[in-house]
Amino acid sequence: MDTIVLWLTNLIPQMSEPVARLVVHLVYAGVLSFVAPVVVVVAFTYMERKVIARIQDRVGPNRAGPLGVLQGLADAVKMLTKEDITPQNADRPVYNLAPGIAVIGVILIYAVLPFAPGVVGADLNVGVLYIVAVGGIGTMAVLMAGWSSDNKYSMLSAFRVVAQMISYEIPVIIALLMVVLVAGSMQMGEIIAAQDVPFLFTLPLAFFIFFVATIAEIGRSPFDLLEAESEIVAGFHVEYSGMKFAFFFIGEYMHLFVGAGLVTTLFLGGWRGPLLGNVVSDASLFGMLLGFVYFLIKTVFVIFLMIWVRGTLPRFRIDHLLDFGWKFLVPVGLFGLMAVALILKLPFLSSSGLQWVGLLVANVAVIVISLALVSMAARRSRSVALRGVAGADR
Amino acid sequence: MPVYQIVHVIVFLILTVMTLGGALGVVVSRNLFHSALFLVLSFAGVVGYYVLLDAGFLAVVQLLIYIGAIAILILFAVMLTRGLMDKRQSQTNQQWLIAGLAALLTFIVLAVVLWQVDWPVASEQVLASPSMAIGAKGSQLGQDLLGTYVIPFEVASVLLFVALIGAVILARETES
Amino acid sequence: MIPLYWWLIVAAALFCIGLYAVLSRKNAIAILMGVELMLNAVNVNLVAFWRYITPQALTGQVFAMFVITIAAAEAAVGLAIFISVYRKHGTIDVEKLDIMRW
Repeated sequence: MDTIVLWLTNLIPQMSEPVARLVVHLVYAGVLSFVAPVVVVVAFTYMERKVIARIQDRVGPNRAGPLGVLQGLADAVKMLTKEDITPQNADRPVYNLAPGIAVIGVILIYAVLPFAPGVVGADLNVGVLYIVAVGGIGTMAVLMAGWSSDNKYSMLSAFRVVAQMISYEIPVIIALLMVVLVAGSMQMGEIIAAQDVPFLFTLPLAFFIFFVATIAEIGRSPFDLLEAESEIVAGFHVEYSGMKFAFFFIGEYMHLFVGAGLVTTLFLGGWRGPLLGNVVSDASLFGMLLGFVYFLIKTVFVIFLMIWVRGTLPRFRIDHLLDFGWKFLVPVGLFGLMAVALILKLPFLSSSGLQWVGLLVANVAVIVISLALVSMAARRSRSVALRGVAGADR
Repeated sequence: MPVYQIVHVIVFLILTVMTLGGALGVVVSRNLFHSALFLVLSFAGVVGYYVLLDAGFLAVVQLLIYIGAIAILILFAVMLTRGLMDKRQSQTNQQWLIAGLAALLTFIVLAVVLWQVDWPVASEQVLASPSMAIGAKGSQLGQDLLGTYVIPFEVASVLLFVALIGAVILARETES
Repeated sequence: MIPLYWWLIVAAALFCIGLYAVLSRKNAIAILMGVELMLNAVNVNLVAFWRYITPQALTGQVFAMFVITIAAAEAAVGLAIFISVYRKHGTIDVEKLDIMRW
């Protein structure tokens, strides 16, 4: 933020430095709260529909505007003009608050995401822990929505969604712990600075666990049994219509962007890139823009990966989903965490600068061993589903 | 008074309204779900208090555990045990008046006693640089937890383990 | 800085409201909510004392962290007990749960 503050004080000489700092922070908060939802939702719903269409061998939206780019705008207008129905026995204040709290819980995560060198809302020294903590606010919104809708199916679906969300918080925390151990700090800026070799190559296990668990936290396919359009009752937001439903929708897409942003920051090096830091200075305005461009490219790539996963895999059933989280991701994550902690303490690796090789070997070993154990168990098991999944019949 | 002081006092008053208002909402509300949501509001006010007291790590821990786990547990329990949902039935038992008087009396006694004591507040210089200010690194806390306070730390982990197993066993449906 | 006395008054008020909730509510979960309010009041007290009297040593924060941990464990086990009792007796009104009378 210092670069922008400096630029602003040069532009308007009468403004003193604390006032300029306050103005910059307020404008940043305003952009994140009012501009980011609209831009993110419009851009990424369009991208998602086009990519899924191509995976399914069709074209996707191409009517609204050239190549269908105004489709997001058309969806927004449709949502705004729908009638706002409230069930008769619904608990009014809670019913109206729930969509707002769902979006609030997601916007709060944007505050610690570093979009460019120096551009971060608040570089908290407990940034990583803050992200996990604020994710809990979204679960509260789901419970409020499910309860206040005065609908049994809505409440049951809210229970299951909350069970899914809190089950997958633990693999997220374990993967984040692995990153924090290697980076040595919970601060987002320091984690980016520690990624001379991106953590994708040193901690592939953590990347896999975090990626899968983030998709499950957001509630996207293949983990969206409870709110998919083709299911019989569409989940905890079945009684919402019009703009309130649009808020849940906005919250989901914003969570998608911030989840991909977190994957980028923690595993792909954030805003770091080829020329930044040596040829182009970190503190200049051009350096900021270049960093932002790198961040966007990496985030869009991760979102593309998530959309690809959605278009390819079938949905999980609720008990398979919870089993996968508790019985596979958590034990594998814990073994990976112990392996990483062990490698970090070995003296001969850290002194020779080859620590990242050791970490990579340990991670790959944990992945291979756990997959081998699962397929051995599958071969011995009589469950047809497990044998099919593990390819034990080949 | 400098601007910083005035902002501090205003934020403290807003947070007090949130915390105490939430607590009053817990005891006054007739709907149990609303009571639980007021409790969440109270917890959020306490998060603000910790930030104001320069205990940043504790604020995030409070947010994570109280709002992200305990409040959700309480909401689940409220939703699963739909007892006393009838709004005409009173939520308080027969001794509410005496309980209210006792609580008020306790508060008055505490306030008077706390006013009389001459607290050994540290000097200005010491106050200005607390050990875990928001900008500091978190490693001091970790070293303390695994150094001076390692025994309570290990006991707490055993306690959590026992609580985990106990809660699962108690809430399991008995196969009949 | 805000005088220490203000923090102590707020913590005392929170504690007394929690006390009233424990003594005057019928629903067992509401009583548990009162207990959580009291534990929060104690935590605010501890951290205020840490900040104003010994800000150099971390004892106050560590103590508060252990209180939070134990409150979480207690809430989990307590709510599990309530759900189990609800399944067996159909109510968690503490005035009606009087099987162990003497």
